[in-house]
Amino acid sequence: MNHTALVKIPLARIAHARSGDKADWVDFGLFAWNEAGYRLLEREVTAAKVQAHFAPWLPGQVDAWPLPNILALKFVLHGALQGGGARNLRLDNLGKAMGAALLRLDIEVSAEELEQAQKSPRRGWWPEMSPRT
Amino acid sequence: MTHAIRIGSGLGFYGDNWEPVAASIERGQVQFIASDHLAELTLAILQKDRQRDPALGYARDVVPMLLRLWPLMQPRGVRFVCNAGGLNPMGAAQAVRKALAAAGWHPRIAVVSGDDVLHLLQDPAARFDHMMNGDDVASVRERLVFGNAYLGAQPIVDALDQGADIVITGRVADAALFLGPLVHALGWKLADASTPEDFHRLAQGLTVGHLLECSGQGSGGNFGSQGHWQNIPDLAHIGYPIAEVWPDGTAYITKAPDTGGLVNFDTVRQQLLYEVHNPHAYFSPDVVLDMGQIQLHDEGQHRVRLTGAQGRAPTDQLKVVAGFKDGFKAEVSWGFSWPDAWDKVQAAENMIRSQLKERQMPFDELFVEYPGLNSAHGPLAPLPPAAELNERAEIWVRMVLRTPSKAVADGFGRLFPWMALSGPAYTCGFQGMNSASELLGIWPTLIPRHQVQARLEMLEPDA
Repeated sequence: MNHTALVKIPLARIAHARSGDKADWVDFGLFAWNEAGYRLLEREVTAAKVQAHFAPWLPGQVDAWPLPNILALKFVLHGALQGGGARNLRLDNLGKAMGAALLRLDIEVSAEELEQAQKSPRRGWWPEMSPRT
Repeated sequence: MTHAIRIGSGLGFYGDNWEPVAASIERGQVQFIASDHLAELTLAILQKDRQRDPALGYARDVVPMLLRLWPLMQPRGVRFVCNAGGLNPMGAAQAVRKALAAAGWHPRIAVVSGDDVLHLLQDPAARFDHMMNGDDVASVRERLVFGNAYLGAQPIVDALDQGADIVITGRVADAALFLGPLVHALGWKLADASTPEDFHRLAQGLTVGHLLECSGQGSGGNFGSQGHWQNIPDLAHIGYPIAEVWPDGTAYITKAPDTGGLVNFDTVRQQLLYEVHNPHAYFSPDVVLDMGQIQLHDEGQHRVRLTGAQGRAPTDQLKVVAGFKDGFKAEVSWGFSWPDAWDKVQAAENMIRSQLKERQMPFDELFVEYPGLNSAHGPLAPLPPAAELNERAEIWVRMVLRTPSKAVADGFGRLFPWMALSGPAYTCGFQGMNSASELLGIWPTLIPRHQVQARLEMLEPDA
């Protein structure tokens, strides 16, 4: 396997996200599972890239802030809800599903970087699943 | 003071489930519950209730909720703060008092109001520019239906200081519902906060409130991810988040034992950034929060330590959210089956467009989406080619008309029924014959703090 070859992956492979609304703006928290993943997000997911990703649908301004302390990037997309949730005609009038739309964004990383982001331990504690009835 | 206090999340919206709150009270060792019934749009719903009946205008779920929870809270000394008052806090408080008294319970109820600033927005001389686009409120002034300032934590602190068991407010900053009990119980400075330490403590408290104000979203609910949400245990019996907060502001996020959900670094930080814009300037009436130095230390077993929130003095303005009438919509949805489902949907849509034209029905927009194909992600979820769509088992269409005319909205659904016998074949599930409703625009703005006077009243107990 060529570890320096670039692979194209959707953000969903290395990140998780939640979207929220205030008036006509939709905001996104984008989160890496670990430091290796965060380095990729910080390098690849710029405000310009997020803006270009949404532009065919919602061509609004995008603001971005890095939060390395919690391995996260914050984005705000202006003009995303037809003026606001109470007048938005879309089924998803509050943009609740738009966090997933962000996770569709493709980035290019090397196979080695991808492996590091996916195999490095997560910072969060996740329980072993035991079926409940 | 050396002890921590524990505060639990109540509801996260009007219509949320309160059984997890019962678990927090019974098994979570909380001293306070704070319950957020008001999303940004909820006042718009309550306004419609109030138009029908002036005694309404509050989140009515607070009554059955407290009938269920008060007998659990009372023997444990748990106190309750909520914003279910909406546009009519006194009406909510009286309804709660009456319902509880009928069951033989007589808690001390406090009412916080003064958030209604509609009359100030309606003053023709006043300027209230839109926070986001700078427009002058004059463009919507005649159509305003509500306008409420986000109050801070002080009146809640006062109510608890005076011995209230239940505090019912109108619009307050969501996190203030939590900050109020923390300031009250931990003796923090609020109105007289002056040192960096004072503001850092308040910032910690505000962050706690922000993490808890959306109920299950702070403990593993709605965890946005691919292939990971399935590993969050037993969402059907989720425990809402609980915060253990120490006098120095250090906080631990956890939940009641033997509940579902997950409190960890990942679930807590998804909520930390939820509906935040600039994370270095998260404004509230009580403190401006900078999240840049926040540390979330995952201790495992549903316990996350929160430290490092930085605070600075609040501004001399309060946020206001107003709503204004913004036309009407009517919506229709309809299913078309194989064969040629896609072509038939297009044909039906074209027939409706030509009918709107022939009948000279004025409208601003006919919005069309295809549930199952593109309603969640628009063009970011590319449509397959028409030939492939024609082979699909079914295609659903949703057509929504936006119009300034109520008559046109009322007539939209009636453009469709003839097609049942005279249009394309093999359809099912038509809905929307009478679907007209009024749309509300949201007007966020700022108001000088001195123009808003919070009011606190203690209800006399019902005999």
